[in-house]
Amino acid sequence: MTDDSDHDGRVWLGTPAFPEAARSALADTRLRHNLRHATTTIRAKRLDATGEVPHWEELREAGAAIKRRTTRHLAHYLEQLEANVTAAGGTVHWATDAAEANRIVERLVRAGGGGEAERHEVVKVKSMATQEIGLNEALAAAGITAYETDLAELIVQLGQDRPSHILVPAIHRNRAEIREIFAERMGERGRAAPADLTDDPKALAEAARLHLREKFLTARVAISGANFAAADTGTIAVVESEGNGRMCLTLPETLITVMGIEKVVPSFADLELFLQLLPRSSTGERMNPYTSLWTGVTPGDGPQDFHLILLDNGRTDVLKDTVGRQALACIRCSACLNVCPVYERTGGHAYGSVYPGPIGAVLTPQLAGVRRAASLPFASTLCGACYDACPVKIDIPEILVHLRAKVVEAKRDDRALPTPEALAMKAASTVLDSPGLLGVAQRAAAAGGRLTSGRGGRIRRLPGPLGGWSATRDTPPPPRESFRAWWRENREER
Amino acid sequence: MRIGLFVTCLNDTLFPGTGRAVVTVLERLGHTVEFPRDQTCCAQMHFNTGYRPESVPMVARFARVFAGYDAIVTPSASCAAMIRDNHPVLAEQLGDAALREAVADVVPAVHELTEFLVDVLGVTDVGAVFPHRVTYHPTCHSLRGVRLGDRPLRLLRAVKGIDLVDLAAADACCGFGGTFAVKNADTSTAILADKMTTVMSTGAEVLCAADNSCLMHIGGGLVRLNSGVRTLHLAEILAATEGTR
Repeated sequence: MTDDSDHDGRVWLGTPAFPEAARSALADTRLRHNLRHATTTIRAKRLDATGEVPHWEELREAGAAIKRRTTRHLAHYLEQLEANVTAAGGTVHWATDAAEANRIVERLVRAGGGGEAERHEVVKVKSMATQEIGLNEALAAAGITAYETDLAELIVQLGQDRPSHILVPAIHRNRAEIREIFAERMGERGRAAPADLTDDPKALAEAARLHLREKFLTARVAISGANFAAADTGTIAVVESEGNGRMCLTLPETLITVMGIEKVVPSFADLELFLQLLPRSSTGERMNPYTSLWTGVTPGDGPQDFHLILLDNGRTDVLKDTVGRQALACIRCSACLNVCPVYERTGGHAYGSVYPGPIGAVLTPQLAGVRRAASLPFASTLCGACYDACPVKIDIPEILVHLRAKVVEAKRDDRALPTPEALAMKAASTVLDSPGLLGVAQRAAAAGGRLTSGRGGRIRRLPGPLGGWSATRDTPPPPRESFRAWWRENREER
Repeated sequence: MRIGLFVTCLNDTLFPGTGRAVVTVLERLGHTVEFPRDQTCCAQMHFNTGYRPESVPMVARFARVFAGYDAIVTPSASCAAMIRDNHPVLAEQLGDAALREAVADVVPAVHELTEFLVDVLGVTDVGAVFPHRVTYHPTCHSLRGVRLGDRPLRLLRAVKGIDLVDLAAADACCGFGGTFAVKNADTSTAILADKMTTVMSTGAEVLCAADNSCLMHIGGGLVRLNSGVRTLHLAEILAATEGTR
């Protein structure tokens, strides 16, 4: 595990612990309605799109195998990628952490072509890596304005909000809210929305198109992430739905791509597999509308200055954990979010990280350290829906339980006295390892249960931390006779 | 065939009727059931909450107590999944060769009740009579843990007099999740609310499942609301005969 004290710019983690952050989300009826509608729709689409592929399970297995191989030989593939990007006219930079990556981007933007005014503006393709490192905030502090061009990211940015979903960052917003945000905020950052803007999706898209077109045509520098990078050719792939990414990737003179080191795949041919797994799992489409592939620089065509920043930011530490490193196989499809019973109710903000949902609950504690995200591994019922949905078969429940053990261990190390939970667990383990003590406890519980149960013989309130349970659920009183007592009387002594 | 019943600590303590029902069904089918008295718990609560060292004695105890049985039958998909998936992992992690071997010997003999009835004994009609409107909730560990498939439904469909109705969004989690229901009680309740809505909209009198843990949670909510739906482990439906329920 990484040292937790001196990480900068990793993920937000400014929010309260999950149970508390979830409470306000659960009470937000508009959020609940938006989430239910969106996740239900996208779940059904995904089932259709994956169900029609006869060898879907084999594709998942192949995806998992390629990712396993890549993480085992990561250094090799990264060096190969560097060599091929360089040979194709690109420049490769290595960034150990968020601060270093941000510094490199800042320097490159300042060095980018164009006049003084343009130098302070960049357009961005939707990217998780740049959110992870807090790039927009770092650039703003350096006097550089970054314009998000993905429609949903634009909504989030204009609303001075945080994304709440990996693929659909504004999933928590509905049309009426988006209309308000556009009407109020677009003018502050460029072309204003028309005065008569309605919440008709077409009208909203048109307002965004006009607002963004201005940015595409003036920006000299674009920043993107990467979905995949083929080591054997040095080709980078970005997958998107709107074409706004394509604009960013082709129009500016300078293109800077920030990519987590785990995004490399061994071969260009591997894209054949991943471009089936990703769109079907994420948007429930057979193919996404726009797939942009580029290899270094092509004279006279597209950006003439290409920089690839390979971002570690805690990933090599994750690699050391043989259970946890499965999470590095993630292709950011967000299928796990859409099937998660917890995510569906709380939304993404409760996870306090750019990576929400089940994958966030296993990635964030690993990237930022379990002490800084101690509640996240417990933010799951372990229902297993995420594992079944994952196109690269990341066993998220296994990692969650693994990280729970690390949280408990960390608390053990940090405290002079055990937590009340640890004491209770120790006591329970002593009783449960002794049939004699268990029998005694059962008889005591039966006597106690008869005293505490109210009308109808149900226990309505339990003490201490169990109060959360009994706030909404009755508990059956322990029966007069446990099973083992019944067995003794009816099977052993008859 | 030497059959050992692993009743589970929860059933032993809070739902002994489920254990008795398993005995009734297996004896009715002509088998002798043993209950090794030194059994306790599969250690799932400790393991899943992050208390690995504390779960080791229970894992070792399970392997010791159930050594030598041809079949170990348990009325809990969740505990069966814990034993099958995690006992070997824990033994491996400890690097204790003796424990690893003991666990490897005992795990293949573990069967969740409906697996045992359908796959090992090859029966779906166990001679039950249960003239009530019933709906079945496939718990997450039934569905995605031990992957029971339609075994429980095949057994239920063969019950005489039963009015078995489909549950909408049946594969959705009920929100229990063990200590999740305590640590994240609010989110757990939000998930439960949807499960109770689908259960109540079936018009069923009884909700059954292969895990009393989830049923304790769903049933706890249904009783609090005086919903008129009771929860029952499916073993108790399979054990029912004319006039018993």
